[in-house]
Amino acid sequence: MLNASLKDLSSGLAQKKISSLELTKLFLGRIRALNDKLNAFITVDEEKSLAQARAADGRIAKRASQPLTGIPVAHKDIFVARDWLTTCGSKILSNFVGPYDAHVIARFNDAGAVILGKTNMDEFAMGSSSESSFYGPVKNAWSTDCVPGGSSGGSAAAVAARMAPAATGTDTGGSIRQPAALSGVSGLKPTYGLVSRYGMIAFASSLDQGGPLAKSAEDLALLLNAMAGFDPRDSTSVEREAEDYARDLNKPLAGLRVGVPKEHFGEGLSADVGKAVEAALAKLEKLGARRVPVDLPNSGLSVPAYYVIAPAEASSNLSRFDGVRYGYRAKNYRDLGDMYRKTRAEGFGAEVRRRILIGTYVLSHGYYDAYYLKAQKIRRLIAQDFVEAFERCDVVIGPTSPTVAFRIGAKTSDPVQMYLNDIYTIPANLAGLPAASIPCGFGVGGLPVGLHIVGNYFSEAKILNVAHQYQRETDWHTREPAGLKQ
Amino acid sequence: MNWEIVIGLETHAQLSTASKMFSGGSTAFGAAPNTQANAVDIALPGVLPVANKGAVERAIRFGLAIGATINRRSVFARKNYFYPDLPKGYQISQFELPIVQGGEISIVTKEGEKKIRLTRAHLEEDAGKSLHEGLGQLSQGMSGIDLNRAGTPLLEIVSEPDMRSAEEAVAYAKTLHSLVRWIGICDGNMQEGSFRCDANVSVRRPGAPLGTRTETKNVNSFRFLERAIEFEIKRQIEILEDGGKIVQETRLYDPDRDETRSMRTKEDAQDYRDFPDPDLLPLHVSKEWLESVRKTLPELPQAKRDRYRNEYGLSSYDANLLTETLEKAEYFEATHKLLKRPSPKTVANWVNGELSALLNERGVSFLQILIEQKALANLLDRIHDGTISTNAAKEILHGMARGEGTPDEIIEKRGLRQLSDSGAIEKIVDDILARNAKQVEDYRAGKDKAFNSLVGQVMKATQGKANPAQVNEILKRRLAR
Repeated sequence: MLNASLKDLSSGLAQKKISSLELTKLFLGRIRALNDKLNAFITVDEEKSLAQARAADGRIAKRASQPLTGIPVAHKDIFVARDWLTTCGSKILSNFVGPYDAHVIARFNDAGAVILGKTNMDEFAMGSSSESSFYGPVKNAWSTDCVPGGSSGGSAAAVAARMAPAATGTDTGGSIRQPAALSGVSGLKPTYGLVSRYGMIAFASSLDQGGPLAKSAEDLALLLNAMAGFDPRDSTSVEREAEDYARDLNKPLAGLRVGVPKEHFGEGLSADVGKAVEAALAKLEKLGARRVPVDLPNSGLSVPAYYVIAPAEASSNLSRFDGVRYGYRAKNYRDLGDMYRKTRAEGFGAEVRRRILIGTYVLSHGYYDAYYLKAQKIRRLIAQDFVEAFERCDVVIGPTSPTVAFRIGAKTSDPVQMYLNDIYTIPANLAGLPAASIPCGFGVGGLPVGLHIVGNYFSEAKILNVAHQYQRETDWHTREPAGLKQ
Repeated sequence: MNWEIVIGLETHAQLSTASKMFSGGSTAFGAAPNTQANAVDIALPGVLPVANKGAVERAIRFGLAIGATINRRSVFARKNYFYPDLPKGYQISQFELPIVQGGEISIVTKEGEKKIRLTRAHLEEDAGKSLHEGLGQLSQGMSGIDLNRAGTPLLEIVSEPDMRSAEEAVAYAKTLHSLVRWIGICDGNMQEGSFRCDANVSVRRPGAPLGTRTETKNVNSFRFLERAIEFEIKRQIEILEDGGKIVQETRLYDPDRDETRSMRTKEDAQDYRDFPDPDLLPLHVSKEWLESVRKTLPELPQAKRDRYRNEYGLSSYDANLLTETLEKAEYFEATHKLLKRPSPKTVANWVNGELSALLNERGVSFLQILIEQKALANLLDRIHDGTISTNAAKEILHGMARGEGTPDEIIEKRGLRQLSDSGAIEKIVDDILARNAKQVEDYRAGKDKAFNSLVGQVMKATQGKANPAQVNEILKRRLAR
């Protein structure tokens, strides 16, 4: 049951082979057993989850269910949920109980899904290792000495360890795909604007996008069906017709043009990851796809451009956490300025403070043109690279991350090394393109490797088609961490 | 040597939308603190702004009314600073690309008409209010925050430094104030802060480059604006004539002391780190939208004034007074249309004179129709057809205001009908002439005063009901014999 696909769970529920209450209890039990070890969840509230499960069973009994009715889903603690503690992994929100539901939460609630808990994450989604959380680091389900990736590390670890059948995440520079890769699960960052950001605590507004993490591409499609959709409360939400992201899953790949950017296979890519990705490309060719070399000449500039734009937006987005209206406030202060300084110095962790400082600096008078404007120009060049690439191919495929999961603490003292983790994933955020990571083998230490599939705007169905066809022919995505066997 | 005064104004007009600039929160004034601040207004984690279409439309109306360029693409940006009444830690405004650019407003002063150029007008949101006193015993030494006003839509209207006296600045502010109400984008309530001005003032020797300016903030009455500018001019000239230098700074006008005081100098100016707001897409105004807004604009004050002069032959003075507000102008036009025999000058005199005085006395505006246009037209018709005298008409107007009935009813009730029967008047005139041989003699000897005395006696004998024009005419005829 813990390994079942969402489709199977859904039909099991509909046929009353299992109730939502039983299913929810099963996963809550799994969380109870494993969370001390992995620290994947910040908040679990069994009573609330079970109440939702009972309501879902009522709905199923009335034959008023939808595909996700009764299915427990874990949510990244960046989504505000009514009556749930919503911390964003930060001390500054350690006492913040959501007074409303984020659009994504509301969509899952409307679909009858059960909130299984709120997952741990890098503080304000700033990180690639889930180590910067105020609630302590998340551990990799495959090796608890290693990081699960980040920032949606809690969600990735929860799915990998079968503590949740599915989870939500957010991706600003790779925060869904990189932890999916390092934790051996599937993850999708949709096209910017497809999933409403309302109620998703902002890190970098022009890059943030919510998306699902699950065990397979097929599951991702079901989850995206629930998450995607226009929301008038988010001005960047795109108004377009609803689509079924599962519709093309079974299309054969014959004639698919797979763009392979040489820039993503050069220096910095570890051999084990390169080998697994090459094998995956060969498998796709066997399935009828054709390899097309493509150039992403500006992709080397993506990390520096990202580390100007994202901190700039973050420095402003995080200004509201000032100790005045909600959240943590320092105990002793002399005056208003002192209250602000102490609250923010005590409430934010080191990485968040670093990025606020970088962002404040690049927006400052006299530096704006040299940093922020220049970075925006690079951003347009990177988007243009993809426009040209997609004239020649249907998807761009490469490694999700240069290495497999690294040891906890290995990169915390060298932020630039940490930032380079996202070198392959950041371009999709800068361009606003959809992209997925799916398991494609194992590297050094038996740790999972992720395959990165980038598609053109709103081509989620195509990406999922490629991923699903690959997953039909491989079993990497069905493997589970040995140490945590049920 | 004389000084030239240079003034530019920045005006914040609160737009008359029901909801806020970027949220559905209500903009109603005077509610209990923090009862009109929703999740977006108080900047809860995760909330997002959505631009208010009605506010954008009002900005477009303003731009069209002043003949400005409406930028087809404008950009909302964030102005970052920390203050407890600024919930997000930034204000959303427009910097590099405002929605309205250029345009001009024509003002009238003693020196005549003058055009004041506008630099720009942009959309932004207001902050909340900090309350430092009156919070009660338990809150001694604490400050309160009221976020009801947070997010209220504002149009910041920036003029070029085209004004050369406090009088011109006040005339500009008044014209602008009248215009924003005229086109229905702002209620203009200055006590509630819906219309407030910042004055940029500098002085220079004629022909010299612009002097260093000071900005006097948040002046919320025309009188204070005049006082603040006059004070600032005098202060700056005194400093310069003593060989000193003007410091570029922001000042505050204190009406109790009638002076401006320094708030902060340019040296402690903050770096607001403006950048385009990534939560809001650039604002696009389509040609269709622009044209549909243009169609809903009323005839503008300047056009009306010109028409009143050309079409109705009214004086500039009358035309200006009639176009103080749209309601007044519309009242004038409606009344005029209802007259049996058109006489724009008569209607203008009554609307600008007796009726305005009456409304003023009662503290009501032309918006609340105290006297229906039909009733006033009826009253003026009765003067014209000789039924009543002008004096009686004034009495009737006040009677109507008290709800005593229609002009005809009041005429009958009070017996105000004029004596217009010439036979009857002739008899009375003859009688008076017979009894006042002395005055008749004086008149014939060239003493005009004697005539007035005779008129007075005839009017007295008729209890004021005789038609004075008729009395004059008959008297003259009889005396000429």
